[in-house]
Amino acid sequence: MSPARRTALGLAATLLLAGIAAPLLPRWAGFLVTIAIAKALVALGLLLLMRTGLVSFGQGLYFAIGAYAAGVGADALEFTDAVPMVLLGAAAAGLVALVLGLLLARYRTIFFAMLSLAFSMILYGLLVQSSALGSTDGFNVAARTVFGLDVASPVGRFGVYGLAALVAFVGAVGIDRYLRSHLGRLAPAIRDNELRVEYMGASVRNVVHLHLVMAAVLAGAGGALTALAVGHVDPETAYWTTSGEFVFVAILSGTSSVAAPFAGALILELLRSFAYEHAPNTWQLVVGSVMLAVILFLPEGLWSVFRKRRRAAA
Amino acid sequence: MTAILETTGLTKTFGAVTAANALDVRIEAGSVVGLIGGNGAGKTTFINLVTGYLKPTSGTVHFDGLDITGQPPRLITRLGLCRSFQIPQVFDSLTACENLLVGLGIVSMRRKAFIGSALGRQSPEAVAEEMLQRFRLGPYRDELASTLPEGVRKLLDIAMALAVKPRILLLDEPTSGVSSDEKFALMDLVLEAIRAEGVTVLFVEHDMDVVRRYVHRILAFYEGRIIADGAPAEVMAHPEVRRYVVGEPPVGGEGAC
Amino acid sequence: MDTLVAVLVDGIIYASWLFIIAAGLTIVYGVMRILNMAHGSLYALGAYAAASLAGAWLRAGYAPMGSYAVLVLAALLVGVVVGPLVERGLLRFCYGRDEVVLVLVTYALFLILEDLIKLVWGVESYFVSEPYGLLGNVEFGPLSYPVYSAVMVVAAVVVGLALRWGIYGTRQGKLLVAVIHDREVSAALGINVNRIFLVTFALGTTLAALGGALTAPTVSVVPGMGVEVIVLAFAVVVIGGLGSMPGAAIGSLIVGLVRSSAVHWMPQVELFSIYLVMALVLAFRPRGLFVAVEARKI
Repeated sequence: MSPARRTALGLAATLLLAGIAAPLLPRWAGFLVTIAIAKALVALGLLLLMRTGLVSFGQGLYFAIGAYAAGVGADALEFTDAVPMVLLGAAAAGLVALVLGLLLARYRTIFFAMLSLAFSMILYGLLVQSSALGSTDGFNVAARTVFGLDVASPVGRFGVYGLAALVAFVGAVGIDRYLRSHLGRLAPAIRDNELRVEYMGASVRNVVHLHLVMAAVLAGAGGALTALAVGHVDPETAYWTTSGEFVFVAILSGTSSVAAPFAGALILELLRSFAYEHAPNTWQLVVGSVMLAVILFLPEGLWSVFRKRRRAAA
Repeated sequence: MTAILETTGLTKTFGAVTAANALDVRIEAGSVVGLIGGNGAGKTTFINLVTGYLKPTSGTVHFDGLDITGQPPRLITRLGLCRSFQIPQVFDSLTACENLLVGLGIVSMRRKAFIGSALGRQSPEAVAEEMLQRFRLGPYRDELASTLPEGVRKLLDIAMALAVKPRILLLDEPTSGVSSDEKFALMDLVLEAIRAEGVTVLFVEHDMDVVRRYVHRILAFYEGRIIADGAPAEVMAHPEVRRYVVGEPPVGGEGAC
Repeated sequence: MDTLVAVLVDGIIYASWLFIIAAGLTIVYGVMRILNMAHGSLYALGAYAAASLAGAWLRAGYAPMGSYAVLVLAALLVGVVVGPLVERGLLRFCYGRDEVVLVLVTYALFLILEDLIKLVWGVESYFVSEPYGLLGNVEFGPLSYPVYSAVMVVAAVVVGLALRWGIYGTRQGKLLVAVIHDREVSAALGINVNRIFLVTFALGTTLAALGGALTAPTVSVVPGMGVEVIVLAFAVVVIGGLGSMPGAAIGSLIVGLVRSSAVHWMPQVELFSIYLVMALVLAFRPRGLFVAVEARKI
């Protein structure tokens, strides 16, 4: 069985299990998993960028665009279903990246990280100032139906959760297949040696630009899903510390598998819900220490532990 | 014969240093040409100028009649003017096979964009296997490039240049870093692999024995100029070449320094 | 006219504050190639240390004028205690790794320090406003400014001149320049690069803490006060060019004046004007205003 198919099947099986388990889970667990999936989508985009050799400290920008676009879509365009709201969020974020990418695709290393951070802070400033969008308070976002199912109905209750799972499946399998394609193989090549990629006849800038847009679409979808799950958006989504959290998930997960960000985000959300209850003032301490430990001792992320074990067994 | 590569008055200055001084070079299709010259003579600068890594201060570069002066490397590569590197530029985190597939994949994507499909052509994967055999890289197929010995990285670097379907290939010191008793074996292998595809070759080389064995023609560089150009025997006998490149004292000049 | 004067004066005061902090950030980057995301937390540490020590000093009934010395002392204390602790305890294990990895390491450090501050000082705010009010106000045309603002400007000028003298006028400074230029060759020539890194990081920490300590009397010292400072300092050094001291000075002035112009003339853009300028500068000078282009690689 090809690795691509194995990944797809593994993800499908996980989703199926999650779908069956959903009605049995308490409400908070369903919420927690939805949020984890939404954040994992952003981290999946970061995985693609990190494979290309780039770390963005500004993915909060696209996350916020996705969340706000979903809300504005519900308000101004009178969307009542969650599906077009998520699609709009993803498209809006992709469009923003298409424009900003003209500039961003020229930057590398810390300059790329800082410039993306600057853009997200500009959006933060804009959102805080715009009273039409609720300034610092943001505004409420709600979908009445998901796939046409009323969110108040027994099945529709799990609508956003199901939608998140579906987007996650499409996103993860899509990125996995992409990374195994001729174009996707350029990602590690660019990270290793841009000059050689140019000398093989490919445009590094165009590939980076494409990856920026792909990562933004994923982050936008994640933002829209978060807005729907929480029922609210605010400018904090664009603040640099939000972007930092996505970087944390991506580092924790590593870049070796498209499934890793989902595991990483789930671990983060579980840890968070426990930490908030028992030690609210040491949450960042825990996150920071875990991050240091991963960087120093597991540079390829937590997922690499499973991989090494599998390789050792084989 | 027609010129596949032609430069006229190609000049590059870095501040007060002239690294290429009004170079007029005509390379015929199908030939094998050696570039010789001491360190800093301007050989690599010439390759960098022709392939678009450096923009010339003045002068032009024509490839197959097309003006490519100042074009970026990727466009020049796409036309079929490719190069290898003195220090191997390989993708360290990819295996030898994947390194080749990067280039083969780029070529295949471009073909698909033009013709709609790669009908009747071998898949990039099949071509990669065939190239690995041809360059005797088979044993290293699944090894990461970062772990390969220097000589193998050198071979891989050249194979990667060949993977993007050149019509003319510029090899920058293909045998540097390779022990002298392996040089001939390496060059035999490389030139055989390249000539099989009818590619014009230009290579920079320090070892005169290697140059003499393979080329039809030699260009001798000194301080950014070409001091001799012609058949190997002719160039080797040129007094300036003997003095500046081969490093022999001038005839009858024991006390002349 | 009055507004113009106000813009200039406000801008220069704000720039002075920024320069003290950004100078520390840029020197650490220039020497160690570490873009320190925890710099804002070190700033906050300076503010907390200053608020605690100056508060204790005043409560003990010592001469109020002495509190200025206590502020500076607090910054030095943070610099020589926390700086070496972080450098020896964490950063030295990461030398030689990618610049981006070091950004991530210091980001983790930022998260840890933010909570450590809360654990030590709690979540309530601290005030130590006496040094601020003590000097009174000065009339500047129709405008009235607290004299304390001048302290900030003087401190920035002193820091700038001291750094200039330290780097170009002393033997240690010349060694520093050698390390900035080429770490490996410097080590090969027998320069003790490890010691230079230690001193540099302690210096960077002191400057961040000094920025915080001098700010402490003018604000309420609260958790999270360093979070915005770090991105502002980033903007300054990215505009000026990472690792460039004149760049940090010019960058501070640009950011200071842009912000005060925004405050006076277009308050609705105040929050993001600085980042807009940063993005614009990077669009035209990808490595900032004061950094030369790199040499050829092949």
